[in-house]
Amino acid sequence: MACSVAESHHASELSARTLKLAAIGTAAGLFSGLFGVGGGSVIVPLLVLWLGYGEREATGTSLAAIVFIAAVAAAVQAAYGNVRVLDAALIGVPAVGGVLLGTWLQQRAHVQVIALLFAAVLVASAVELVLQ
Amino acid sequence: MIWLILIGLAAGVLGGMLGVGGGVLFVPGLVIVAGLTQHEAEATSLLAIVPVALVGAISQDRYGNVRHRDALLVGLLSVVGAVGGVALANALSGIVLRVAFAGLILLIAFQLVRRVLGERAALSTAGNPVPGDDPMV
Repeated sequence: MACSVAESHHASELSARTLKLAAIGTAAGLFSGLFGVGGGSVIVPLLVLWLGYGEREATGTSLAAIVFIAAVAAAVQAAYGNVRVLDAALIGVPAVGGVLLGTWLQQRAHVQVIALLFAAVLVASAVELVLQ
Repeated sequence: MIWLILIGLAAGVLGGMLGVGGGVLFVPGLVIVAGLTQHEAEATSLLAIVPVALVGAISQDRYGNVRHRDALLVGLLSVVGAVGGVALANALSGIVLRVAFAGLILLIAFQLVRRVLGERAALSTAGNPVPGDDPMV
């Protein structure tokens, strides 16, 4: 009896956890599909808040999930005829090298200064997009 | 063409350093520099993100930072949302989508600035020198 109560408690915890992961996946998929981004800015905070993840684990797990999410969203966009494969390669392949360089630089550069410069670039891009 | 390569490189470096993904720079880069429509830029950005996230995930996995089961579940359970998000994007006009995207990157810029200011405040109240203020660090 006690065993079956414990088991059903375990099962409900498991399904509550799966529900949370499903909610995170759905929200991230919507966000990613709508804006053409990975969805990390949705996944990382939710993994931390809902599932008690640490920052590094959340980032790593989010990246792995994004591989699926971006692939699915890209395939659907391809069905709409919107994907430019050559442009994707031109921007995506150098970015792979960039990530490795960035991870290495993280330990060696003034990350805060770079973050502020990046924020300025984003604001300028936003203005340019609206004015186009 | 060279500009796209440079934007890709810059987006990757920033992603690796700050954990803010490439798509946030891919999309405006593809619109402003390559002259793609907002819809084309978003679609192309999604394809470009796949190898970047894959390499990032593999390198994070080496540090034991990937929970495989959870990542798989989030990925597989995102399909409905992703299909819905893409359908919604394609139902919106280019200008609406562009302005919404501009709002999104303004929000991300705001969060970045807040994070930096928060880190500086935390460091200075802890009595440690703020790295950016010390040329020797």
